[in-house]
Amino acid sequence: MLETVLFYVFSAVAVGASLLVIGQRNPMYSIMLLIAAFGALSALYIQLDAPFVAMAQIIVYAGAIMVLFLFVVMLLNAPQEDAAQWDRTHPLRRPGVSRFGAMLAVLLTVQLVWALLRVTDAGAAVGGRGNAAELTSVRSVGRVLFTDYMFAFEATSVLILVAMVGAVLLAAREEQR
Amino acid sequence: MIPLGHYLVVSAIMFAIGTAGVFLRRNLITILLSIEIMLNAVNLSFVAFGRSQGTVDGQIITFFVMTVAAAEAAVGLAIVIALFRHRESLNPDAFTSLKW
Repeated sequence: MLETVLFYVFSAVAVGASLLVIGQRNPMYSIMLLIAAFGALSALYIQLDAPFVAMAQIIVYAGAIMVLFLFVVMLLNAPQEDAAQWDRTHPLRRPGVSRFGAMLAVLLTVQLVWALLRVTDAGAAVGGRGNAAELTSVRSVGRVLFTDYMFAFEATSVLILVAMVGAVLLAAREEQR
Repeated sequence: MIPLGHYLVVSAIMFAIGTAGVFLRRNLITILLSIEIMLNAVNLSFVAFGRSQGTVDGQIITFFVMTVAAAEAAVGLAIVIALFRHRESLNPDAFTSLKW
């Protein structure tokens, strides 16, 4: 019972904070709300017997990636969205077109919910199969990661190296190149 | 116990919110944040499916998605900085020409 209540509370926080993220005009508030959504998601991960993912969510996402976003927002110092004059002139903002877009968005949501309601074992409890103690331990995660997924893990390091070089190259000033 | 479908519905709602953010907002930073919301929605369904199958593979794929998200955020923000230096704007409608 407590588990169900906690699931609904954290889901509501995650969905509500995500909605507010795309509703803010100031990106600084968006980033803070997204950190709140990530905290609620990590609580859902703990309910799913995945404490390693939950901690990585807090440390890597909220601690590293969101701080990077904050850095860039403070560095650029352009907090407000200057959309007013673009909105008035933009061809996609005419009433007929935007009504069509809203209809497509509602259709996407209806389609997703309809597809999910037809999943065959959606009613089965999520913790039905597997040994919870083994799934929870970081030892078993590490063992699978460094045996079955060894190549993907090494490829990830190359990806990070490429991203680092690309970011430095893109953000460097023109005259230094 | 909570059914698998409930996690999938939460994931679908968050993914739809992220998609709406990408299409509706006129700020490059907020668009990147919406992409992060979409990635996290997919992560949630990976972990839920992995738990319902009784394996750790879902958690490991989530780990890889987080790594890709970090790389994407770094490169994306570097592009945003470079664009802002040229146009003094974060509005994607300001960047319509391929060369200036």
